[in-house]
Amino acid sequence: MIANYGYKDGSGEYYISIDTDKCISCSAGHACLTACPKSMFETITDDYDDEVTWVKKPNCRTLAYDCADCKPSGGYTSLPCMTACTPGAIKHSW
Amino acid sequence: MITAGIDMGSRSIKVVLIEELKVDGAPQLKYGVKKSHIMMPGDLDQDVAADKAYKEALEAAGLKREDVKAVFATGAGRKQVAFAAEGITEMTAGAKGANFMYPMARTVVDVGAEEGRGMKTDAEGKAIDFAGNEKCAAGAGSFAEAMSRALQMTLKEFGEASLKSDKSIPMNAQCTVFAESEVVSLIHSSTPKNDIAKAVLDAVASRVCAMVRRVGIEGEVVLIGGMVHNAGFVQSLKTAMGVDAVSLPDMPEYISALGCALIAAERQH
Repeated sequence: MIANYGYKDGSGEYYISIDTDKCISCSAGHACLTACPKSMFETITDDYDDEVTWVKKPNCRTLAYDCADCKPSGGYTSLPCMTACTPGAIKHSW
Repeated sequence: MITAGIDMGSRSIKVVLIEELKVDGAPQLKYGVKKSHIMMPGDLDQDVAADKAYKEALEAAGLKREDVKAVFATGAGRKQVAFAAEGITEMTAGAKGANFMYPMARTVVDVGAEEGRGMKTDAEGKAIDFAGNEKCAAGAGSFAEAMSRALQMTLKEFGEASLKSDKSIPMNAQCTVFAESEVVSLIHSSTPKNDIAKAVLDAVASRVCAMVRRVGIEGEVVLIGGMVHNAGFVQSLKTAMGVDAVSLPDMPEYISALGCALIAAERQH
């Protein structure tokens, strides 16, 4: 399942997509959990009893601000969460 | 075997009781709806309200608590249903319910009071892709309701008024508060109410459509959630998605509760 967490508002579309099929069999040991400086990710058991990562609810409403520090303007050349996610399950829409 | 699904919405609580059927020669008739019940909670305590709604549904169906094998809950307040064995996300429940009603459904659009979301499902009714708007009410029923109040109309009148307009007035505000200011400006510029109603519903539809396009429009499209009762919104959404036909269940607000009850039944086997 592709789970899109986030929102669209007057300033743009801010979604973090997580491909749960890649996430279930994570070969990186869910490294995204520690890679995110804002600790936005957490592991949950989904409706199909699989252990997957999702974006914490409060962060889903503030992604544009929470992720700003990791974008190129914050000095990063690649996003820490996407770099840590070697299976390539995490994507940002902006 | 009887199971129950409770959808704890932000505006209303829906309860669906289903019974496993054994109809000879018709294996597709596996489950039947025994009773559906809706309650507008007057109680701020969600667990008390859920218990009351469930009790009312049982009474209406002539059942006792012990007759029900499992109760699953979904919706924004699903964690408040203390007597539910499991909580199911709105995506999983909605996709399951829509697939039960329309087995060919592959795109499900759920617009309730608090939130709107688009989902893609597989042939078994499993959600395989979803997108919602977790930030504001601009793509949901409460937005349309607030705007209808500004026009001093009921939601039904609001939807019907929208169908009488053929004008497209863009509403730029994304936020309910600013949109209300836009509606007030339109009223002051003597814009007919019908045109304002259409502008509002077009705006809601375009926001919902943005979420649906994120997951992709594929196969049969089913609309679920309370907003489906608003004929003007359905028309606006069809236009925004560029589809001629959408499937509309008779009781769209119950579909997630139904899906929840179906999942509860399947997990008893």
